[in-house]
Amino acid sequence: MLGLNRKDTTLLIAVAILTMFAPIILNPFPVDSAMAQFNAGYPDLMQRFVIFGIFAIGFNILFGLTGYLSFGHAAFLGVGSYSAVWMFKLLSMNVLPAILLAVLISGVFALVIGYVSLRRSGIYFSILTLAFAQMSFNLAYSVLTPITNGETGLQLSLDDPRILDGAGSAGSLPVTNLFGLEMRATETVNLGPWSWDFSAGYYVCALIMLAAFYLSVRIFRSPFGLMLRAVKSNQQRLNYTGLNSRPYTLAAFVISGMYAGLAGGLLASMDPLAGAERMQWTASGEVVLMTILGGAGTLIGPVLGAGFIKYFENIFSKINDNVLHTWFAVLPDGIEDFLVTIVHPFVGKGWHLTLGLMFMLVVIFLPGGLVEGGQRIGRLFRRRKGKQTDAEADASKTPAE
Amino acid sequence: MGILEVKGVNKRFGGLQALGDVNLSVTENTCHAIIGPNGAGKSTLLNCLVGKLIPDSGSVMFDGQSVLGRKPFEINQMGISRVFQTPEIFADLSVLENVLIPCFAKRDGAFRMHAVEQVSSEAELRDMALHMLEDVNMADKRDHHAGTMSRGDKRRLEMAMCLVQKPKLLLLDEPTAGMARADTNNTIDLLKKIRDRRDITMCIIEHDMNVVFSMAERITVLAQGTPLVEDTPDNIKGHPKVREAYLGEAQV
Ligand SMILES: Nc1ncnc2c1ncn2[C@@H]1O[C@H](COP(=O)(O)OP(=O)(O)O)[C@@H](O)[C@H]1O
Ligand SMILES: [Mg+2]
Repeated sequence: MLGLNRKDTTLLIAVAILTMFAPIILNPFPVDSAMAQFNAGYPDLMQRFVIFGIFAIGFNILFGLTGYLSFGHAAFLGVGSYSAVWMFKLLSMNVLPAILLAVLISGVFALVIGYVSLRRSGIYFSILTLAFAQMSFNLAYSVLTPITNGETGLQLSLDDPRILDGAGSAGSLPVTNLFGLEMRATETVNLGPWSWDFSAGYYVCALIMLAAFYLSVRIFRSPFGLMLRAVKSNQQRLNYTGLNSRPYTLAAFVISGMYAGLAGGLLASMDPLAGAERMQWTASGEVVLMTILGGAGTLIGPVLGAGFIKYFENIFSKINDNVLHTWFAVLPDGIEDFLVTIVHPFVGKGWHLTLGLMFMLVVIFLPGGLVEGGQRIGRLFRRRKGKQTDAEADASKTPAE
Repeated sequence: MGILEVKGVNKRFGGLQALGDVNLSVTENTCHAIIGPNGAGKSTLLNCLVGKLIPDSGSVMFDGQSVLGRKPFEINQMGISRVFQTPEIFADLSVLENVLIPCFAKRDGAFRMHAVEQVSSEAELRDMALHMLEDVNMADKRDHHAGTMSRGDKRRLEMAMCLVQKPKLLLLDEPTAGMARADTNNTIDLLKKIRDRRDITMCIIEHDMNVVFSMAERITVLAQGTPLVEDTPDNIKGHPKVREAYLGEAQV
């Protein structure tokens, strides 16, 4: 279907179902239950899942396929956000032109940065991209204040010209929309003890992520994708086979930069402000972690990694000592305090510690990321069933799965 | 005038004169062997032909055009393919994909942005690659991970990758080195079959004298970066200078 083989089609359908039902799937616990704090079905969190999923999918086209590790992709995320906010200020609150401009401008940025950075490979390439991103961050923070509004960040204001739909917004700041459908519009459905939020903004992001995911599957299976994998495997051989690796890697860089710009544009479309910190090196590092944690070079890995990290960031960070005490309340006081003390460093503000440990475990025991974990479990099940032999299971592990 | 004309090529590495005034002329659709002891500069000479190294002086003409200053991919697109002394393959890809890549290079040139088409729908190129794999007896290994194969298989794969491009000039750097006996025989049979088609020029570096004498029409003997003699196999066999410089060492 859609020009994909059976396996990829199945994957695409599975991802489509999961994203479409995410508001329900991510809120499995009744609102009043003790577990409710593990619910992740809030519109703004779900939007982040899919937006950072897009960011990671694009990053994976560069890093997963060619092996070129960029440490500066947050620059494109930031450029996308600034472009989108400018579109809201100057043209219209419709998200479509904003997103298009975000993709376009970040593509131009990626072309320039990629052209220079790709003159080197390996660690030197990474350092060059990092340098460019830090330069962009500092420019946005200080020198380019007229464009970026420096420290405060770029925001909407009441006297924005907004030539297409500026007239109707007297007195209050307008909200982003897609041809009239407000991004913040949310339908809450209560069913028994459960409550689910269906947000317009989330569904716009989710549909765009599905399209972005589909495109990445096509790229993975295309001759272009094959060349990118060849770059990673043996760039020298590729050159002696008559192929010019430079434009291939540059195209991959620009495409992944545009994915980042799309993600940045969507962030601004959900919440119309853009700040320089979005371009900082920690943000660039985050997408590297997402991709590796999920499984670099796999189709679905980056999305999993992005969801995983965003979940930790938002859910684990909210577990404070009070919450811990309620969990362990049934235990005798001494043991309760002891357990709270032990768990304390790993939750709340310490969520980075848990994430760091998980990352280490994954990299050491599952070099292929969460996807490899899933494959191993799958193989275990198949072996249990006794239908399939080991050899068959291994044969299904073709490269770039 | 040969299809390949090397004139007065010099290459120094620091104090070492790796190539000193090398002249070489290879006639179209023949097999030309380059022999000489280890360190004679044979691989260095090939490196100068494919753009891996740039000679300090001299000229290299292929098919009437200079190759000097051109990038490796441009030289390949001119029609020169090379099998390296240590196999250079795409170790992370499948065997079939390894052979498909040169097919794309041949059909689409050095770069084409084919990001939406799918590899699986390129039936013509897949057929071409599969036929090539049959020619080197590797069709049954088409889905294998190239990096996990034996050294002999890797070499045969690399040869298939070069041959499928139908190059005008095929450079082979010790194609049987490190191969098991059976693999060597298969490889030689394959190379002879290709030579007998007479539609490709071959330049082969080889230590196995049986292979050299049975394959090559002309032989150049290189010692310490300089060609000693260039002649037919029969004349080379009896040549005193050659015995002294090379055959004595190789114990034919
Ligand atoms: N890139 C290089 N840098 C320095 N010295 C080199 C390089 N390549 C080859 N050499 C030296 O040049 C000489 C010829 O090497 P080579 O062409 O590999 O010999 P062979 O005839 O065995 O293939 C050797 O002494 C080798 O050490
Ligand atoms: Mg050599």
